[in-house]
Amino acid sequence: MREEVLFTLDTPYRQPLAVKGWRFGDPERKSLAVVGALRGNEVQQMYICSQLIRALETLEEEGKLAPDCGVLVIPCANQFSMNVGRRFWAADNTDINRMFPGYDGGETTQRIAARIFATIQGYEYGVHFTSFYLPGSCLPHARIMETGYQHPEEALAFGLPYILLRKPQPYDTTTLNYNWQIWDTQAFSLYTQETDCVDHPSACQAVEAVLRFLGKKGLSTQPVSEPEAASVIFREDGLHNILSATGGLLFHRREPGDTVTAGEVLADILDPCTGQVRERLRTAHAGKVFFAHKAQLIAGHDVAFRVLPEA
Amino acid sequence: MSSDNHLIVRNGAGGDAFPAVCGGKGVLVMIEQVVQVPLAVGEDLTIPKNRIGSGEKRLCVVTGTHGDELEGQYVAWRLARLLKEHPEHLHGTVDIYPALNPLGISTMTRGMPLCDLDMNRTFPGSENGSMSEYVAARLIQDMAGADACIDIHASNIFLREIPQVRINENTARRLVPLAKYLNMDLIWIHAAATVLESTLAHSLNALDTPTLVVEMGIGMRVTRTYGDRLITGILSLMAHLGMWSAPVMPVAPPIVSSDGYVSFVNASCPGIFFPSSSHTAHVEEGQELGVIADPLTGEVRDILKSPASGLLFTLREYPVVYEGSLIARILGGSL
Repeated sequence: MREEVLFTLDTPYRQPLAVKGWRFGDPERKSLAVVGALRGNEVQQMYICSQLIRALETLEEEGKLAPDCGVLVIPCANQFSMNVGRRFWAADNTDINRMFPGYDGGETTQRIAARIFATIQGYEYGVHFTSFYLPGSCLPHARIMETGYQHPEEALAFGLPYILLRKPQPYDTTTLNYNWQIWDTQAFSLYTQETDCVDHPSACQAVEAVLRFLGKKGLSTQPVSEPEAASVIFREDGLHNILSATGGLLFHRREPGDTVTAGEVLADILDPCTGQVRERLRTAHAGKVFFAHKAQLIAGHDVAFRVLPEA
Repeated sequence: MSSDNHLIVRNGAGGDAFPAVCGGKGVLVMIEQVVQVPLAVGEDLTIPKNRIGSGEKRLCVVTGTHGDELEGQYVAWRLARLLKEHPEHLHGTVDIYPALNPLGISTMTRGMPLCDLDMNRTFPGSENGSMSEYVAARLIQDMAGADACIDIHASNIFLREIPQVRINENTARRLVPLAKYLNMDLIWIHAAATVLESTLAHSLNALDTPTLVVEMGIGMRVTRTYGDRLITGILSLMAHLGMWSAPVMPVAPPIVSSDGYVSFVNASCPGIFFPSSSHTAHVEEGQELGVIADPLTGEVRDILKSPASGLLFTLREYPVVYEGSLIARILGGSL
């Protein structure tokens, strides 16, 4: 294991932003790059990387990394924002994950993105532990942009229960995942159940998924466990959105992972002052709850649940 | 206040319309909620528009997409007053949307507070999507089909801009002739970028609604002289469209430029920027634009010089800079 400062960026009133990476295996090989927190609230994503670093260190010490395997892990590229409790770049509120592939002659976050991208370009596989813009929890899954260069079958090696294919929208074209793939890296965004706090079970599941991926790709000799069931591959537009019609206090009756029947009540929205039930949120489709709005307050016309209908 | 003037307030979601008295001289004025979505506790998110006049020809004047950009508030206010005071010259419908992002403006937040998204990256939206997508879709539905739309932005809080119209190169042929009426100093024809396809302007232009993006001034402030110039420009455009019959002050021809004539100056290091050239000045190549200072040591960390001769049309206003912070843009070269 080699810890190195990949690049630094000076700041006027604080210590320089030093983005660190941990390398494993053959330093000349670019097998897998793993990126954690690009946003200041992605604590879970940073934590997963920390646990992955521990696991890779053990694999390396035990000689179980393949000779042609080279792995880089970047747990956090945005402590500048994380240390002051901001989600986006704290100086100008821009999102590093909307700046790729970056521009080294451009604005600050474009430069950070460019330096990250220069470091992780050329890897055969790329994993980005990231977070969703909607405040909620979703089932752990690998997400792949359909850029025309995608190979969803490669994601089967993670053994995660779900692989989601997303048709990129214009605003997706500046994300790490999209650009990685355009520049010849097989890129996967891995989502777990939390963002700003640690969910240990789903973090372990994510670490296990990356280790399984290494094993399946012949990059490690550590025996890997087979998942309980084969991954389900589906397109994002196959999810059934359940929208709130009114606002209020949201009380779940169902959580991500629950199997639900058509017509079943998933949550109640209560009047926040009288406690009266304003709305019962039901699913029109039988299936599995894939996403649930997390905040206790919910506005009208918001995505309260996403249900993956039964095949 | 005269009794023959009336204001109709109507809920766009299907509520009853009712007349109310307002100032004016007989022009039909109607405040309508284009979007109304319940918030969690005792309040609705409402996005109103002020419809002034009537008739087939329609102009949309839109602002407040970014909650920290207030230059358009003055234009909305002045334009509404002017149109109501002179209904005899108005031939058509003017829809004024002063605040597309009311939660942002009310909280001094650039994006949409509930989801921390840039609203101008959510268009054309979706009726069945999240709240931000739904709001975007309703706004597009309401504006589509207008004869023209003017989408007014200020700069952010960091930079001061001269009055300008920004046009995607793919729509330049159609929009530049209209933009010349707006009384701005510059028409900047910029390269197309996929990410910009999620803007209001791109979405409306794709629906054949000519939409011009105005940038002027600075965030969180109002520059009334710029606003007054744009008012003249809007009346000039309305006259061109056959919607305004009163004489309009002549409009000076703007500079029309593509990306190739715009030079950028970014900070090479962090510190405090002290300008030594004035915004809107003509600068020479190599002329000092300012310094980046270190208040701790008293040192000058860098002296920033102009890479080209030309008009200093963008200048940093917010002093704290990081490596890469945009300091200035110069419009130079052979135009």
